Amino acid sequence: MIALADSTPFWMIEWNWALDGWIVAAGMLCAVASSLLGCFLVLRRMSLLGDAISHAVLPGLAAAFLISGSRSSGWMFLGAVIVGVLTALLSDWIHVRGEVDEGASMGVVFTTLFAAGLIMIVLAADRVDLDPGCVLYGAIESTPLDTWAIPIPILGETNVPRVVVVLSIVTLINAAFVIFFFKELKMATFDAELATSSGFSAKAIHYVLMTLVAVTAVASFESVGNILVVAMLVVPAATAYLLTDRLGMMILLACVIGAASAWVGHVAAVEIPTWFGFRSTTTAGMMAVATGFAFTLAVVGSPRRGLVPQWFRKQWLRWTILTDDVLALLYRMEEKTLDERPIADAMAMQADLDAWMANVLLTNRFAIKSAVKYHAWRGRLETTQADASAVEASEASAKEHSEVLVPKLTEVGRSEAESLVRSHRLWEQYLVTRVDLEGSRIHQQAHQLEHFTDRQLQDQLDHQTDSPEKDPHGSPIPSASDKHS
Amino acid sequence: MTEQLWRVISLQDHNTRVVIFGAAMLGLAAGLVGCFTLLRRRALVGDALAHAALPGIAIAFLWVSAMGGNGRSLPVLLAGATVSGLFGIASILIIRRGTRIKEDAALGIVLSVFFGLGLELLGIAQQMKNGNKAGLESFIYGKTASMVESDAWLITVASLICVVVCVGLFKEFKLLCFDEAFAGSRGYPVVLLDAALMSVVVVITIIGLQAVGLVLVIALLVIPAASARFWTDRLVWMMVLSSAIGMTGCLIGAAASAMLPRLPSGAMIVLTTGVGFLISFFVGARRGLLIRMWRRRSLNASIDRQHLLRELYELFENDPSRLSVSWEELVQARSWSNKRLRKILDQASNDGWVSENITKMEFALTKRGESEARRLTRRHRLWELYLIHHADIAPQRVDRDADAIEHVLEPETVAELESLLNAELGERRMPTDPHASSAEGVEA
Repeated sequence: MIALADSTPFWMIEWNWALDGWIVAAGMLCAVASSLLGCFLVLRRMSLLGDAISHAVLPGLAAAFLISGSRSSGWMFLGAVIVGVLTALLSDWIHVRGEVDEGASMGVVFTTLFAAGLIMIVLAADRVDLDPGCVLYGAIESTPLDTWAIPIPILGETNVPRVVVVLSIVTLINAAFVIFFFKELKMATFDAELATSSGFSAKAIHYVLMTLVAVTAVASFESVGNILVVAMLVVPAATAYLLTDRLGMMILLACVIGAASAWVGHVAAVEIPTWFGFRSTTTAGMMAVATGFAFTLAVVGSPRRGLVPQWFRKQWLRWTILTDDVLALLYRMEEKTLDERPIADAMAMQADLDAWMANVLLTNRFAIKSAVKYHAWRGRLETTQADASAVEASEASAKEHSEVLVPKLTEVGRSEAESLVRSHRLWEQYLVTRVDLEGSRIHQQAHQLEHFTDRQLQDQLDHQTDSPEKDPHGSPIPSASDKHS
Repeated sequence: MTEQLWRVISLQDHNTRVVIFGAAMLGLAAGLVGCFTLLRRRALVGDALAHAALPGIAIAFLWVSAMGGNGRSLPVLLAGATVSGLFGIASILIIRRGTRIKEDAALGIVLSVFFGLGLELLGIAQQMKNGNKAGLESFIYGKTASMVESDAWLITVASLICVVVCVGLFKEFKLLCFDEAFAGSRGYPVVLLDAALMSVVVVITIIGLQAVGLVLVIALLVIPAASARFWTDRLVWMMVLSSAIGMTGCLIGAAASAMLPRLPSGAMIVLTTGVGFLISFFVGARRGLLIRMWRRRSLNASIDRQHLLRELYELFENDPSRLSVSWEELVQARSWSNKRLRKILDQASNDGWVSENITKMEFALTKRGESEARRLTRRHRLWELYLIHHADIAPQRVDRDADAIEHVLEPETVAELESLLNAELGERRMPTDPHASSAEGVEA
């Protein structure tokens, strides 16, 4: 491997275009070629096909070698592609004809072919050295060694690695297939029956896709290794699937993620081991790890589906519901009076109001306190001292009373709370009169719905329930706020 | 050669004995566990696991070597493999439950990323002083033939544990495989059971890994179970058969490679079970290809025969004075090709339903044929009546529907239909054709 263990920072590895450039180019081409098809494999739930094919081609290679007697890549390529397509067809056939589970039929076919391949290689070993290890892991590091002279318009005759040429051709074929048959592929993937009924064979598309997967797998694995193909077929596509809902975007993203992983993988393979005092290691493996890293990032942080954004959204929803509930609860307490005095006052004087509210709203005191503070900051509440003089409190506790702070709704807060309570009671009324729900079940339902009811819906409910004055429990329904003012 | 064959078969070599015994135990346990993973539609979970074990092996080696121990001792490597296999399983479950990625992609992701990491670490391990490939690479290709006694004991004990777990939790695993939701509603700890099943798979994969190698252990989990499925619909029998197939495959494969030491034993084992699959696929008694083809053919033949008899019956019914029906009439009546009609008629006259006058190409029903034809026609018309009166199907469509369903009517159903329609029919009377009798030919 190229020894680059210098003290330069890792993003500035001593870049040697003739070596690293071609290695990364090969990795990126493999990534793009695979991702283009991988999206369809992932969506069609055939992700493991790449794995199956790239193991199963072993007997094809051995047979091509035994028949042609040479290690020329043309024959090997042909043999491998034929067996690769055969693997797909055979597992399909066993799946359909034998009613065997898809994964199992794939497993049966590729392991058996792999075993046959191993034995053929051993039998052929007398005549040549065909290392199964090389077949399986490839040798992306030796990419720059095997070159073809290709005339390029501006640069003139240039030595381009054979691998890069082959992978470029495969990438172009895959891209052409995906672009020209995009509509057909889309339909065949999401609704095979519709595809068939609108005049083209979903089966034909399926088989062309299989063939291209086989070609891509074979073209890639002899150069960059089987593990990289399997990773590039599945992981970038799955990552993109977490980021978008649109097929075109998904394909684009998958290609970008795959290519970026290839670059990062190579840099990491050269750099990371040197931190621990080792020499650089397998690039192909590190590229696979890099795709895994990208996938983990997407699982955790994808804006719409990531675990962390989802968690934050959930917390935000919980918070808004809690603040709504606190506001509505205070309104209800001010509504009910005890000896001409809001019940909240009395509560605050006799016990801990926060604890009581936390108990009612099934949460903790800390959450209630923050909600009250939040409302005070937004000008919906103001905390006043409890009006001790209105109660004939005992002498002993009079002093304490004067220190108790009671949250009181401001004008703004009251109208917002009124709107919430109005929604709640209108819903209760609606559920009883229109939906014929039992009285015992309406509170829960209304409690959930009140948070998502806007002004327009309130008016609709009001209209549907013939503008009631009271809800089914007998509490007054606050009037719409414009009438109020 | 024969002498060597005898030596292997009679298990004279201690070494052969060890290898064959170990392989057989592995085959048995893998076949048993494979049934559950197959029915749970997770046949390839072994694939992902086997690959996911590699980084664990490499890390265990690096760690223990760095601590100054013998990194290549088997228990150390297997412990590493188990831990990393469990990590793999956990990742699969998290991806499946936490995201919208499907099972297959989850397997593919874990498989490739873990394996990539494993290769990475193996590459580093090789740079260590005593880290030549030999010891670690055997996990990728397996080394059945070089199995020593302690390896065989390890395999035996681990296999026995798996067998005991599978048999002990048989009812729970069965429920889990066939109806997870129901198991959950009955209060079974579904997640725990799932984890238990997966742990058993991990154990089998890990011990198989060092015996037959990374790719081929997948075969031991998948092929015997898939083969057994062709023979039976009952889980118990499937498990017995699957273990037997796995064990036999391992026995024959290991013996073959003992005789021909150059051939990799893991591959021989897989090829042998592969042959078992091929045989099961074609001749399996329950779902094999041949039995299915035979069933379909005999169903088609009986449907054709019934159509012929009914056709003849109706032609005679329309014109009671006629004595025979000509070839042309029959060709016209149904959309049968000449060749097919010939075959059907030959079969019918062989069975003694139809008498034929070959020279004139004229046909008539025999006595037996007539009573059978009456029975069939009656059944057909009963259905038509039923469909018209009780299922509100338009008379123009009933013939097709009745055609489709009448061939599979059970006698009890016919009796039920008769009692249902008794009010509309006289006792034992043939119901009249609900459409004009010529409509038959037009519709078919």
